[in-house]
Amino acid sequence: MDRSAMAAMLRDMLLARAFEEQAAQEYAQGNVAGFLHLYPGEEAVAVGVLHAAEPGDYVVSTYREHVHAIVRGVPPRRVMAEIFGKKDGISGGMGGSMHLFDRERRFLGGYAIVGETFPIAIGAAYAVAYRQLPEAVICFFGDGAVNQGTFHESLNMAALWKLPVLFVCENNHYQIGTEIHRHSAVVEVHKRACGYGIPAEKVDGMDVLTVHAATRRALERVRAGDGPQFLECETYRYRGHSMADPGSYRPAVEVNAFVANDPIAAAIRRAEAHYPSAEELQCVGPDCVHRFAEQCCAEGHLDPAAVERLRQEVSAIVQDAAAFARQSPAPDLADVQAAFLLNRRFETLMEDPQ
Amino acid sequence: MSELLYWQALNRAMDAEMAADETVFTLGEDVGLYGGTYRVTEGLMAKYGEWRVRDTPISENSFTGLGIGAALTGLRPVVEIMTVNFALLAMDALVNMAAKIPFMSGGQFPLPLVVRMPGGVARQLGAQHSQRLEQMLMNVPGLRMVVPATPQDAYWQLRQAIRSDEPIIVLEHELLYFSKGPVDETAVAPAMHQALLRREGSALTCIAYSRMVTLALEAADALAEEGIAMEVIDLRSLSPMDWQTCQRSVEKTHRLLVVEEDCRFAGAGAEMVATLQERCFYLLDAPIQRVAGMDIPTPFNGAMEAASIPRSADIIAAARALTAAA
Repeated sequence: MDRSAMAAMLRDMLLARAFEEQAAQEYAQGNVAGFLHLYPGEEAVAVGVLHAAEPGDYVVSTYREHVHAIVRGVPPRRVMAEIFGKKDGISGGMGGSMHLFDRERRFLGGYAIVGETFPIAIGAAYAVAYRQLPEAVICFFGDGAVNQGTFHESLNMAALWKLPVLFVCENNHYQIGTEIHRHSAVVEVHKRACGYGIPAEKVDGMDVLTVHAATRRALERVRAGDGPQFLECETYRYRGHSMADPGSYRPAVEVNAFVANDPIAAAIRRAEAHYPSAEELQCVGPDCVHRFAEQCCAEGHLDPAAVERLRQEVSAIVQDAAAFARQSPAPDLADVQAAFLLNRRFETLMEDPQ
Repeated sequence: MSELLYWQALNRAMDAEMAADETVFTLGEDVGLYGGTYRVTEGLMAKYGEWRVRDTPISENSFTGLGIGAALTGLRPVVEIMTVNFALLAMDALVNMAAKIPFMSGGQFPLPLVVRMPGGVARQLGAQHSQRLEQMLMNVPGLRMVVPATPQDAYWQLRQAIRSDEPIIVLEHELLYFSKGPVDETAVAPAMHQALLRREGSALTCIAYSRMVTLALEAADALAEEGIAMEVIDLRSLSPMDWQTCQRSVEKTHRLLVVEEDCRFAGAGAEMVATLQERCFYLLDAPIQRVAGMDIPTPFNGAMEAASIPRSADIIAAARALTAAA
């Protein structure tokens, strides 16, 4: 694993955590209304998957999508402003927390009806295949979504026409408040892809490098024309389903067990442990030494001090995003009309009768 | 100018748009090898290949959603839903997705999606296959809906819908596919949502759409023999509605009859009556009247089925009563 890629992943995970905790604070202070579904605990999935994607790929996400958008490159300011419902939000304040869209970054939206990401993703993948492009579509969904009809309908069509889509299940064990053993007859989600002949893999969704490696392998197969691939990432959300949900249905021992296995802490441990010692560096060939040396100079060491610097960096980004969102103007009814009619462009619906 | 059946006109429109723009494609059940349940896509798969004429599994919600995903990424899909009854399975795609995404994205994403589907009472297909349901789709801001009544309009409005960057429902009618009429493929089309005056008259205005236009024109012929000159407006579009054209006619006739095949309660006619009385109350010489389908599931028995929806005799009787009113 490339050192800078590792540092970048760690930075995004820290940013994701800080951003969501800030969003929760803003909600608690009354600056954010409506539903707010937060991501802490699941960072390894979004970061591991999206760091393996190309800029030309499309991303389709759910209502728990702030982090997917940020890791995809949507400015945290624009995401926070959208959560606030402000004019500078990435969707102009018309979408909100659950409906982030970014055309430029091929972020095809957050969808708030469970199971909607499947048909959107296969549609985008159909368009890619139609044009014979090397792009892929990444479709996020939770363990609760696999019991919707669209899951089965869409996986069938994806496999039937070998569409370039990677299905990524963020299995956090709960569909809102119902644990997976109480909502699914077959709890190994990846096995459900077998009914459509789609290669599926289950990985530790708390380990960003494992997720990243599995995603790379899967996307290679997608780009090679092997058709859809399926990745089940077993993960956990530390908070309730949304800010309206205290999550009291989950035993403390279960929550604590997953918190102890915090993906960010794990990523830090791994990054530190894997940093090559001087002896190890000497063991590799000259080209590798040269490459490592260049990277170390350009990107710095990943030691605790570097991690602390990353923490400070993301904290500043999040504070800036929150300040930006607070001061952004609210949209008015003219903005609402403009958003509604923007795509009508120069079309005349009726003649002016004379 | 040629005489074409309604399905042939739709077929010509599809062919013309697919030839002009390689991002246009169609998908649906039996649209490809079979050629379309009502022959609308006949010959297109042989000409354009299976990626542009895609036979789908029976998965209405997801293949409609597929169309939406493809439209978001630059294609111009024409989704065929075999009948409007099956569109109930695609309501999430139509209402929660197609109608909302362009707006919720702050206008970032155009959605050049066309969804074609026939509705209407046909010939003894039973209650599940005889619905109209336009009122459900009318009440969804973000969806536009046209209802061509003639082969010429079918040709024009489908081509216009494909060229629009907004999601549009083209609601066809099962009993119109084999109706014949002149189609001029080179004439300049009226605006997509413009209502058209089909017959001039001075005694009353009749507003109708889709197959009911045919019945209204038949009724107008019969009424003319009695000396009642009924003006007939073909609405052509249910969302938005062309109030100006309707109002101008009422300004002339002062009496209004609204005809719809769909159920009377909370239907398209209710919207027409409500808005036109707001706009024309002081012009009216009598209360606006409606002739509409009965508020019951469609009976299978042929005679009962026919009795459950407007016939030209019903329109004639309503027109007589309306013109006799003081």
